[in-house]
Amino acid sequence: METDLGYWIIPLAILGGAIRVSTPFLFVSLGEALTERSGRINLGLEGTLVFGAMSGYALAYLTGSPWLGVLAAAICGALFGLVHGVICSLPRVNDIAVGIAMMILGMGLAFYFGKPFVQPVAPDLPAISFGWWSDVPQVRAALEVNVLFLIGAALAVLLWWMLRTTRVGLTLRVVGDSTDAARAMGLRPALIRTCATAVGGAFAGVGGAYLSLYYPGSWNEGISSGQGLMAVALVIFARWNPLACFGAALLFGGAGALGPVLQSVGVSEGYYLFFAAPYVLTLGVLIATSSPTRAMTGAPGELSITK
Amino acid sequence: MTLPVSDTAPARPAVGWAGLARRAEAVVLPIGALLVGFAAFSLFLLLQGKSPADFFALVYRAGFGTAFSWENTLSRAAPLLLAALCVALPARLGLVVIGGEGAIVLGGVGAGFAGALLAGTPALIALPAMLLTAMVIGAVWIGAIGVLRHYRGVNETIASLLMAYIAIALMNHMVEGPLRDPASLNKPSTEPLVDALRVGTLPGWDVHWGLAFGVIACVLVWILIDKTTWGFAARIAGGNVRAAQVQGLPVGRLIVGFTALGGAFAGMAGFFEVAAVHGSANASLAGGYGYTGILIAFLARHNPLAIIPVAILLAGFEASSGLVQRRMDLPDATVLVLQGFVFMSILMSETLYGRFKLFAPERWRAA
Repeated sequence: METDLGYWIIPLAILGGAIRVSTPFLFVSLGEALTERSGRINLGLEGTLVFGAMSGYALAYLTGSPWLGVLAAAICGALFGLVHGVICSLPRVNDIAVGIAMMILGMGLAFYFGKPFVQPVAPDLPAISFGWWSDVPQVRAALEVNVLFLIGAALAVLLWWMLRTTRVGLTLRVVGDSTDAARAMGLRPALIRTCATAVGGAFAGVGGAYLSLYYPGSWNEGISSGQGLMAVALVIFARWNPLACFGAALLFGGAGALGPVLQSVGVSEGYYLFFAAPYVLTLGVLIATSSPTRAMTGAPGELSITK
Repeated sequence: MTLPVSDTAPARPAVGWAGLARRAEAVVLPIGALLVGFAAFSLFLLLQGKSPADFFALVYRAGFGTAFSWENTLSRAAPLLLAALCVALPARLGLVVIGGEGAIVLGGVGAGFAGALLAGTPALIALPAMLLTAMVIGAVWIGAIGVLRHYRGVNETIASLLMAYIAIALMNHMVEGPLRDPASLNKPSTEPLVDALRVGTLPGWDVHWGLAFGVIACVLVWILIDKTTWGFAARIAGGNVRAAQVQGLPVGRLIVGFTALGGAFAGMAGFFEVAAVHGSANASLAGGYGYTGILIAFLARHNPLAIIPVAILLAGFEASSGLVQRRMDLPDATVLVLQGFVFMSILMSETLYGRFKLFAPERWRAA
């Protein structure tokens, strides 16, 4: 260590950690926000995330291009979303239960096909160094920002604008708020929900590719620790608003970075408890924002999880 | 959210052929869906150039072919029965609780801790105390989800899953920290149970007592939800909360009671994992029984008696996983893929209930 930063290293490392850890949260939550805005919930995004991580890593290794890996992850994610969407369009099929099943299937397929890719090393996604002005290595490390993070941030703004002002956004909101109203307008709710679920799945796949191609940057069976599921709660926290999803993802990323950061400065007491921080935070947020009597503000009317 | 609490079956089925036809639907459709799931998985294997016939033959041999394989299967079925009850009981009220793993893990840690404290006491006192500790911890853990659901409106599915992750972190903390036996080097564990506090096997079988407790628990839960007013009230509350409240049913107590009871059974599963299988609480408690239990409960359509054969079937698949891996050169995740296919197929079959005239006697004459 060239410069002794003392305990200043903790907030700095949390900031850096937040930027690194938040990207999967960001992508999954943006995808889930889109899906939930259409009135459906996809709990299977955890499986999609893991499969995206595997397929992205595998294709990046085979082709040598990390971007082709990201593309493959997006396509696989869209396929998973499509399957979820189509099955949930059948009458009397429960979308939460199908999500749980898709989670098991996605993880099963990812571990099945991913076995040969545990050892090989795939190329990483590029990062931009925003810390060039500083001599302090910790500052440089903290400000090393991956391109996918920037794309995700731009996507959050784009989705927010799309939902608010465009015709596509309006259609999505109508379908999510009232199936009857949507039918009266001549829309096809099941089709629109399926499309929204497929796009949401594609986003989750990209989030997974980030995990295996950048941070932590390798493929193994423990690559996701519930990011896909936490994103579902994160969307509720963000009130189905893509811009708020961005802020919430940073917050959750920071919480997720807490454990490794404290370990790196030598705090080993209660190490595993700090690992629980993002889950405790999510649960706390869920409890604080729920109410037994009224629907949550901003919640799509057709969403089964808030009823 | 609400599950469709079997809106096709009448409260008191008709007798004779008509009643039989109606009951047949609840048996034929899940079995048909199971077969479709197997067929889809066979196709998956064929695409990999593997033989489905070999696969199922191996599963039969390793899971159900010999007395030894039956004992292996039934030992694995014990925690699955109890984990499935943790899903099936809240499901009676229309709740999807999927975090049973958390109660298993913490119940196991509680049993291990109690066992270490009571090392000198007679087994007749210590074992019930360990079992009680595990069940109370499980009941509080899952019951809290019921409390949050009813009094705070927190979605039980997500809350239970988050709490399962928190439980695993807590277990790691306990096992690596305050409760760690300094002698456990490679695999951090609580102090090993003294031999007197190990739960033995059933007389004449090499299957531990967890199986008997699991089967009895399933039967008791079946009586509770099918034969008592509590079960009936729970079903009404699951169908329509407002209607149940208007009728003066104690919805809150039902929800907390059913979730807590489910959690107590999951905690019991943790006790048997520690006292009968591992001999101490360690990270292998998070073995995924809670998640397989979800699949079993859904496959059994949340019927406690149907859970027994389904759990044994799935336990047989898991028991054969090792042999399938070695003989057919398949990854260990193969069983997970199979579970995924079966789960999807079972859920899709939900859409078929009430569609077939064969199962609806009142529509026979209309043809």
